[in-house]
Amino acid sequence: MITWLLRRLFQALLVVLAMTVIVFIGVNVIGDPVEILISPDADQAERARAIIALGLDKPLWEQYLHFLYGALHGDLGRSFVYNEPALRLIGSRMPATMELAVTAVLLSIVIGIPLGLFAGLKPNSFFGRAAMAGSILGFSLPTFWVGLMLIMVFAVQLGWLPSTGRGHTAELFGIQWSFLTRDGLAHMVMPATNLALGNIALVLRLTRSGVRENLTMDYVKFARAKGLSPTRVVFVHVLKNIMIPIVTVIGLEFGSVIAFAVVTESVFAWPGMGKLIIDSINVLDRPVIVAYLMMIVFLFITINLAVDLLYTVLDPRVRLETKE
Amino acid sequence: MSAPTLEVRDLSTHFETRAGVVRAVDGVSFTVSSGQVLGLVGESGSGKSVTGFSIIGLVDPPGRIAGGSILFKGRDLTKLTEPELRDLRGNRIAMIFQDPMMTLNPVLRIDTQMMETVFAHAKVSATEARQRSRDALGMVGIPSPDERLRAYPHQFSGGMRQRVAIAIALLHRPDLIIADEPTTALDVTIQAQILAEVQKLAREAGTALIWITHDLSVVAGLADDIAVMYAGRIVETGRVATVLDRPMHPYTHGLIGSVPSRNRRGSRLRQIPGMTPSLLNLPVGCAFRTRCARADAACEADPPITEPVPGHALRCFHPQLEVTA
Amino acid sequence: MSATASAGPVKEETPFRRFAREFAESKLAVAGLVVVLVIAALAIFAPFITPQDPYDLAQLDIMDGRLAPGALNGAGTMHYWLGTDDQGRDMLSGIIYGLRISLSVGAGSALIAGIIGSALGLIAAYVGGKIETLIMRLVDLQLSFPAILVALMILAFLGKGVMNVMLALVIVEWARYARTARSAALVERRREYIEAAECLALPRWRVLFRHLLPNCLPPLIVIGTIQVARAITLEATLSFLGLGVPITEPSLGLLIANGYQYMLSGKYWISFYPGIALLVTIVAINLVGDQLRDVLNPRLKR
Repeated sequence: MITWLLRRLFQALLVVLAMTVIVFIGVNVIGDPVEILISPDADQAERARAIIALGLDKPLWEQYLHFLYGALHGDLGRSFVYNEPALRLIGSRMPATMELAVTAVLLSIVIGIPLGLFAGLKPNSFFGRAAMAGSILGFSLPTFWVGLMLIMVFAVQLGWLPSTGRGHTAELFGIQWSFLTRDGLAHMVMPATNLALGNIALVLRLTRSGVRENLTMDYVKFARAKGLSPTRVVFVHVLKNIMIPIVTVIGLEFGSVIAFAVVTESVFAWPGMGKLIIDSINVLDRPVIVAYLMMIVFLFITINLAVDLLYTVLDPRVRLETKE
Repeated sequence: MSAPTLEVRDLSTHFETRAGVVRAVDGVSFTVSSGQVLGLVGESGSGKSVTGFSIIGLVDPPGRIAGGSILFKGRDLTKLTEPELRDLRGNRIAMIFQDPMMTLNPVLRIDTQMMETVFAHAKVSATEARQRSRDALGMVGIPSPDERLRAYPHQFSGGMRQRVAIAIALLHRPDLIIADEPTTALDVTIQAQILAEVQKLAREAGTALIWITHDLSVVAGLADDIAVMYAGRIVETGRVATVLDRPMHPYTHGLIGSVPSRNRRGSRLRQIPGMTPSLLNLPVGCAFRTRCARADAACEADPPITEPVPGHALRCFHPQLEVTA
Repeated sequence: MSATASAGPVKEETPFRRFAREFAESKLAVAGLVVVLVIAALAIFAPFITPQDPYDLAQLDIMDGRLAPGALNGAGTMHYWLGTDDQGRDMLSGIIYGLRISLSVGAGSALIAGIIGSALGLIAAYVGGKIETLIMRLVDLQLSFPAILVALMILAFLGKGVMNVMLALVIVEWARYARTARSAALVERRREYIEAAECLALPRWRVLFRHLLPNCLPPLIVIGTIQVARAITLEATLSFLGLGVPITEPSLGLLIANGYQYMLSGKYWISFYPGIALLVTIVAINLVGDQLRDVLNPRLKR
């Protein structure tokens, strides 16, 4: 188990390193580093000084090591716009995004799994078919357009929900959260639903196909032959088996939920990392872009590692193999 | 003889598919008494497994019991509601499946899977349920049952898993066990051990046993009675010794001829010519006539059940009455 | 059941006819196909259909800005059936031209990505060894990050513009084709006809592209169809975020973005109708793709 964990950690480290190379090349080779790292308003003398200060006259590999050194110390440059360390800026916007993403994932579980169970147990019922048809829409509808329609219907036409922003926040552990206030929750309903939509469809389909597949298995028939109630067969025997792929996928999807938060946050003017990165791209605040990228890579790798660990906890077969 | 534990009369189980009605079981009748073993023999697709599932009420749609009755200790199972059936399943009637690798849930521990069976039919404490599970494991010859209860199925070999499945079947000391090819997936030596144990347990407890198999040698060593199925019908039935020594139906004859035997070493194995017909497109009359050497025009009508020798019944116009083998 | 085993002589059915018949089994898919064809025709013949050239500023009248659907233009010569945007541009014309951009960017990038990805996938399967490992590692890395994120980063480094959007879409999409092509090719290369071709000592590229590729096409076509829809969605999303095509020649996504600010004041049509056009396009393509998968996938064959 320990060696396995170490091996996985080592792999993760390699991927992070690879990504720093890619980002570094993206910044220094594809883009012009002077333009990227130095404020566009700087004059000639300032530029020359900055080039030396940043070490841009040095060979590329030395520059890369310098970049890596900075990254390891949490220094990825300062934002031109906010004049703040880029990493701290991103950190300050992260709770808003996380709050939204976690809510969206919870929604996709709470809505997707029951619907999927039903559609899997009664595939030919009207409701089962409707859930499937709906899930196709959930896949095909562009997130941003659904967001707009939500605003149009619930904010503009019906006036039930606030259209943009985070609403009132309350402090917990020194961080501002929306889900702690009524107003904040009202502001969260639409963006979270919007962000969850694709995942609801995904979880629904996974659950449905898992149920359909497992119901034909011998162990389900054997469980019924033991005289167990249908509830126990479905909720213990079937559900425990399909939870393994579902948890894996939901875990891995958490990363793409954070990525898609870029779109949702832009639509609903939700002040998270996603909105920040779009704004930064539009004003070419590139240290922020680089910091965001590194942050996302780090997040993804952490998520992947966590899902792997979770998987071994859930599946007794894997658990044994890794122990031996 | 006392009243039989199970009396199946004219049972028909049909599958309504888009391509037509499949008569997987078509007018099957037999009885099994307490402490007796019935070997239900046939090729795959002959309807023997569907017969088993019909008795326990687990035929999956689009299949359904289309007619006949299944009298279990006097109650007609075809008339019971699902909760009433569920009360009997795993309790008075137990089933053992073919592939032990597939019958246990891979993500639940053995104790969970055994104790839930106990709880399904008895209001007992967890300690009591665990005790019963442990005893059952011990009964089927699993060493250190306490420890094994906490294991997962994949930590057992195929033979051990089948023992666990048998232990689960025995938990409530059922009156009837339906074993659907339980040893087919196992090694020959393990097969022999399990056969011997099941036979012993059934005899001791007075359980009626239906042993579904395609393996005549298993039936020869284990069963009291035999019923040979072909294309959804029982074509020949009687005491094992009688039927295997003096088979009268050409199909049974063919089956016995195709089993390798030391006595006939060197001579060619006889095959039954042709293939099992599709249940969707059976020949009219005797389903076996297209593969049968003795068939003639008469066989285009349905052969009635006859009993040329008392206790030895068959469906054939041209039974092989003289002793040949 | 009667004994009707003696079936009459079956009429010889060409593979294409059988394919067409099986495809037509789903009415929804046929409807989708019709819609796709109509949309494609609209996009191709846009200049001959639209009442207005939305890119020709001389034809626009700023005084007609943000008119509701069905309104008459200022000169009283034509109706704006779907209203106008803030520039006084006829939405119907704008949408048809927008479709043109969206479709060509989507289909174009899917095609280029398809060619590159399939070639790499086939090579990986056929050559094997280190090259296969390298290509498939790249595929895994690529697919472990969401498409939107990768595209966003590429555009952040390269800047906006139609070509950059297409490049980003190609980089995002090739991996899926590569994975599909490789798995299809791995199955096919064990078949006898490949062995036969190799025994004839045909040149490797010939075996690869003349023998292996045609037999791997069905799954690639299925992926390709669905990828076109994905590419159109992604392009629309990027344009909506202001990172896609330039404002002078707006795609559907940009039209929707332009209307966003007016939606809050109830002028829904500027965003709504381009959205509907986008939606219909994507759903229609997906319906066709779904049915193609069912028909072309041999595993689902009865």
